[in-house]
Amino acid sequence: MVTSTSDLTTDKALWMFETMMTIRRFEEQARREADAGRLRGLHSSIGQEAVPTGVCAHLRDDDYVLGTHRSHHHCIAKGVDLNEMMAELLGKATGTNKGKGGTMHIADVNKGMLGANGVVGSNIPVAAGVALSAKVQGRDSVSVVFFGDGAANQGSLHESMNLAAIWKLPVLFVCENNRYAESTPVEYAVAGTSVANRAEGYAMPGVTVDGQSALDMFEVAGEAVARAREGRGPTLIEAQTYRYMGHFGADDPLSYRTAEEEQYYKDRDCIERMKAHLIETGAASQEDLDGIDARATEAVAAAVRFADESPYPQPEELTTDVYVSYP
Amino acid sequence: MVTESAVRRLTYIQAANEAVHQLMESDPRVIVMGEDVAGAAGREDQGFIDAWGGPLRLTKGLIQRFGPERVRDTPISEAGFVGAGVGAAATGLRPLVDLMYAGFYGVCADQITNNAAKIHYMFGGKVSVPLTIMTNIGAGVNSAAQHSESLYSLFAHFPGLKCVVPSDPFTAKGLYISALRDDDPVLIFNHKMLMGLRAGPGVPEEMYEVPIGRASVAREGADVTLTGIGYTTQVCLQAADDLAASGYSAEVVDLLSVSPMDEETILESVKKTRKIVIVDEDYPRCSFASDVSALVAEQAFDYLDAPPVRVTPPHTSVPYSTALEPLFMPSREGVVEAAAAVLE
Ligand SMILES: Cc1ncc(C[n+]2csc(CCOP(=O)(O)OP(=O)(O)O)c2C)c(N)n1
Repeated sequence: MVTSTSDLTTDKALWMFETMMTIRRFEEQARREADAGRLRGLHSSIGQEAVPTGVCAHLRDDDYVLGTHRSHHHCIAKGVDLNEMMAELLGKATGTNKGKGGTMHIADVNKGMLGANGVVGSNIPVAAGVALSAKVQGRDSVSVVFFGDGAANQGSLHESMNLAAIWKLPVLFVCENNRYAESTPVEYAVAGTSVANRAEGYAMPGVTVDGQSALDMFEVAGEAVARAREGRGPTLIEAQTYRYMGHFGADDPLSYRTAEEEQYYKDRDCIERMKAHLIETGAASQEDLDGIDARATEAVAAAVRFADESPYPQPEELTTDVYVSYP
Repeated sequence: MVTESAVRRLTYIQAANEAVHQLMESDPRVIVMGEDVAGAAGREDQGFIDAWGGPLRLTKGLIQRFGPERVRDTPISEAGFVGAGVGAAATGLRPLVDLMYAGFYGVCADQITNNAAKIHYMFGGKVSVPLTIMTNIGAGVNSAAQHSESLYSLFAHFPGLKCVVPSDPFTAKGLYISALRDDDPVLIFNHKMLMGLRAGPGVPEEMYEVPIGRASVAREGADVTLTGIGYTTQVCLQAADDLAASGYSAEVVDLLSVSPMDEETILESVKKTRKIVIVDEDYPRCSFASDVSALVAEQAFDYLDAPPVRVTPPHTSVPYSTALEPLFMPSREGVVEAAAAVLE
């Protein structure tokens, strides 16, 4: 089975738009919370919304996603509850992780989100193991790990790609190449500058895709997910994207890149392009899209209210969950 | 030694930064490697240079002075560049390698514990590895479980590694200089709560060493010994103020080196005060704090008026929430309370 954008139903296209819009509004709010000193360690995913959206459009709740330090967009695309996410960011007991994990560690297994991870490259082998688990248990679920261009230089990626290839594991290695690892440009750090090419050494498909196009992401991911589900093995996808903000709260991106470069990518904004597509194809009117945006904005506002009204964890929580059981 | 006239108020980061500048200036074998130690790598021709100067700005200015041959931004490949540090150190360089957070040690643990720590011994003393690794430790800024650990106890477990934990700008500069001049692998643990600190005796401009393996008495006292390490030395000093207000004279021993451990200074202090409160932010089990406690119990038992007390986090990972994280870290109040208990 090969997915193409012709397989994209109007409902799915609108879901993708709403998902991206929700991510954008959530991240804008997270930024405000960070500026107000209510949350620390924020890594914004603004600009990268299309990548997990196009992938997760093909996933079920029993498929797993694993993320990075920059994972709010992965969580939202996988269907994690916004209220619980915002509560987690603010360290509340009602958060996805009871306030213990925070922005870099959001997890919700019921939605197949097996966790963001603050150690670069650390989740990649775990994703291979999740795929192994599905295979051994005879389930047709797949595993997707998102990671940055920086993480592509960790040995963990190479070891995991080899494992996944020799065992034909149902896993997608999705590199979000946003051109920078902190302030380090990809052309400096990645030899040969292509991450996708690295698939060749492990005898798996390596695809480069415009990660600012939700439609292209949908198409490429559809093929890779189908391949994994049918037992034909892993795929490496390099999604070319851009982070609009600095690496984290406090850095000035203009100390390592130009305003012209930023503008170039902002002119190819994934949300604007999806809007244009929906209007051109008659799938939605401007009014419809404004309505979706309003709904996303309200969902985020409701999440903040929920988080604000939620209690902080009790002091006893400090030492619970260290073990499942401990004498 | 240190002349009073030269004393200046630098932050911890400025002091360490100055040390590295002077070390690179005085010894061409010193090179620096790590992620974003300069930043914007390869973009000098576009006018971008030294964009970050390290995640803490601790290596700011180095690339402009010493160039990209000696100041190297690395890909995110800790096993690769820490291991490269071992090889470079074994063959004539004195690399300073930045491991951004101690929690990332796992990515390159093999290079640290199997190579850096053991090469000198395994090769019959014929090869040395004068490698210095600096890394960021500690809780306090809601960085959660993977970015807030202390972990020096873990490295002290390995023979062959030296581990130092500066507590203020003065000890930071002196320990950086000692570490990079040392012929053994040394890990320097920088606590994030100390980075902007200007307290302490002030920082002389000239190069000086704070000896590795030596503790220092940060405040003299007679009634109880408080031992601190890194950030907890500051906590102990604050607690000592509070205790003084209640009429008790606390001696604060700043341990500074986790390995080698300065047994003598600890024992001397305890023999004088007959009571000890050991304050440490690392995990409590099999830790430096338990080592100090064992030392005192084994070698100063007859002098003690009360059993040694440890003030540490509970046996748990570091929580994110602002409601929980302060409960993890040893606090001024916690130290005062523990001291009050042994003083009674
Ligand atoms: C093993 C490890 N090394 C270093 C870091 C510090 N760090 C956090 S994010 C980051 C850059 C990651 O770049 P990339 O993988 O491209 O992801 P992006 O931030 O662009 O999303 C670095 C170096 C880390 N978290 N883990």
